[in-house]
Amino acid sequence: MRVTTHDEKTTMADAVIEETSTIVIRPSRGWVSLDLRDLWRYRELLYFLTWRDIKVRYKQTVFGAAWAILQPFFTMIVFSVFFGQLAKVPSDGIPYPIFAYCALLPWSYFAGALDRASNSLVGSSHLITKVYFPRLAIPISAVLAGLVDFGIAFVVLLGMMVYYGFAPTAAALTLPFFLFLAVATALAVGLWLSALNVQYRDVRYTVPFLTQFWLFATPIAYPSSLVPERWRAWYGLNPMAGVVEGFRWALLGKEPPGPLLVVSTVVVALLLIGGLYYFRRMEKTFADVV
Amino acid sequence: MTDIAVRVEKLSKRYRIGGPQARYRTLRESLVDMAAAPARRLRRLGQPSPENETIWALKDVTFDVKKGEVVGVIGRNGAGKTTLLRILSRITEPTEGYAEIRGRVGSLLEVGTGFHPELTGRENIYLNGAILGMKRTEINIKFDEIVAFSEIEKFLDTPVKRYSSGMYVRLAFSVAAHLEPEILLVDEVLAVGDASFQRKCLGKMGDVAHEGRTVLFVSHNMAAVSGLCERAMWIDDGKIVDIGPTDAVVREYLRVPAAATGTWTNVSSFDTAGDIRLQTAAIVTESGTQAGVVGFDEDFAVEILYEVQRRIPSWSLVFRITDSSGTAIFTSWDTDSEPGRQKPLDAGVYRAICRVPGRLVRPGIYSVSLATHIPNVRIIENHEHIFHFEVSTVGYGMNPGRWGAVTPVLEWRVKRILD
Repeated sequence: MRVTTHDEKTTMADAVIEETSTIVIRPSRGWVSLDLRDLWRYRELLYFLTWRDIKVRYKQTVFGAAWAILQPFFTMIVFSVFFGQLAKVPSDGIPYPIFAYCALLPWSYFAGALDRASNSLVGSSHLITKVYFPRLAIPISAVLAGLVDFGIAFVVLLGMMVYYGFAPTAAALTLPFFLFLAVATALAVGLWLSALNVQYRDVRYTVPFLTQFWLFATPIAYPSSLVPERWRAWYGLNPMAGVVEGFRWALLGKEPPGPLLVVSTVVVALLLIGGLYYFRRMEKTFADVV
Repeated sequence: MTDIAVRVEKLSKRYRIGGPQARYRTLRESLVDMAAAPARRLRRLGQPSPENETIWALKDVTFDVKKGEVVGVIGRNGAGKTTLLRILSRITEPTEGYAEIRGRVGSLLEVGTGFHPELTGRENIYLNGAILGMKRTEINIKFDEIVAFSEIEKFLDTPVKRYSSGMYVRLAFSVAAHLEPEILLVDEVLAVGDASFQRKCLGKMGDVAHEGRTVLFVSHNMAAVSGLCERAMWIDDGKIVDIGPTDAVVREYLRVPAAATGTWTNVSSFDTAGDIRLQTAAIVTESGTQAGVVGFDEDFAVEILYEVQRRIPSWSLVFRITDSSGTAIFTSWDTDSEPGRQKPLDAGVYRAICRVPGRLVRPGIYSVSLATHIPNVRIIENHEHIFHFEVSTVGYGMNPGRWGAVTPVLEWRVKRILD
């Protein structure tokens, strides 16, 4: 056992001394404030929950982190064979495999993150019933944990860009924004579904359907240019359309998504704000119902 | 005014019973339910649940805790103690009322919350610490201390799923014990591990209490409450029955007059996780009748009925007899004698009988506590002071000046060794 030195005791005191705040407990009525400051205070927990999800993800699997690549990669091959080769779906002059993979990359992230976020609260019931912390940390960490997989699968895309001879342009600098949009979409929808899932376990069975329909409603296997020009902006009501077209523009030099992107961004912002408030409103019942 | 750490005013909590949790029992039921559910759910949405479907787990509870005070909370299972802690820990919201807590709060409703079996001991210390509200720098500083306290140095980098249950519990408690809040809310977490570790835990709790922290301590262990707390609060049926100096409250609690019935039926909703469920217990006399009163020189027996729902390897049934001042007279384990050792038992209902000889227990009122547990691992059910019986003075021919908790009739041998 190590002897605690005087210095350490001083640091200890520093770590413990926080503002001596007063916590007031009373029943809340109706809509409550987001209290993001509380979430910020618990940022280290958010970090540890995310870190746990990442650490545990591929324990006791044979392929380990390769799973992050296998899924989008094989989907890309299937799409290339059936849609690209056999059905001759147009790809705006871009080689079909990279056209599909560039969209599958954010899509796999989104679908995985949405699935994990939706089931996150129910899966953490042992925490929710035993200790207090801002519950928002649970779906947020579920969404963030998927980014590691995204990073791994992104390396494959870089390889494909070299193979097909796509040099990154200045547009590539906008990529973080589109990634952020994908994260925000997954979180926004995930917040709604995770809170609903606490009360209605039907959600668990709905999510796989939802992602399947959503996949075909998103321009992954086909370009958004198939949609008539005058409806194209409204296509942005599906935020993932904005994300996918954004990725293709940033990396493969397609024409910029334009108004479609604006619509997508607005939709995500509304969904996210609504989701946050809905989540906070339902939060007080989680421990009793879950 | 400022020396008050916890102020609770008319705190109440209503729970819905027979809600969605109770449904989906059998396949047929759930099929029928599935067909009917959408319509019923739609009708139910937004409607408040009717009054008879709800219970008040806590009703109009009002009290104050001063800074640095250690307050014990006692009461039967389901009395509302845990609900109170859950509200003060902000896990759940009160239905009515108001509470104010001044200072950094740490709550321990369970040890090892959020432990992940796949992660190593080291990783779990950080994860669990963060969940309990410790900062990373704080965990870094206390890391060695935590490891030393838990006695698991060698297995620090082993996933905890490979730990024995004893090691798991020790590590879990060690992290919790090093939480240093100004106000600590603790729920019966000391009842873990083996006896020597429990003593260590109690010692640690004593340190915490003497460091001037404010502690709210829920426990069934009257000795621990008496030893640690200067003030105690007795909750029953969601209301405060008595609050005051520990000794007086504990004595009052243990006296519980109404129930020298000699029998008990398990009505608690204790979650036995489908292992073993205690059904009834009774004091029976020689003639086989259940009795609240036993003559001093009469043999009697403790008869316990339980249902084994699933075979589990090594568990024990334990009862304890406590006198009216709260002193435990003795404890008996069913594994003490041969038939009790034939475990695991197959599913079924069993009757266990333990004979207690007459002329052992002094005349007086006694309470019986019952528990089933897997030694050093976990408690399955724990019922403290569930019923009382009286040992009458019938057949007591002894000199009242004979002191001692028990009055055994022992064998004496006298031999002349020197003329």
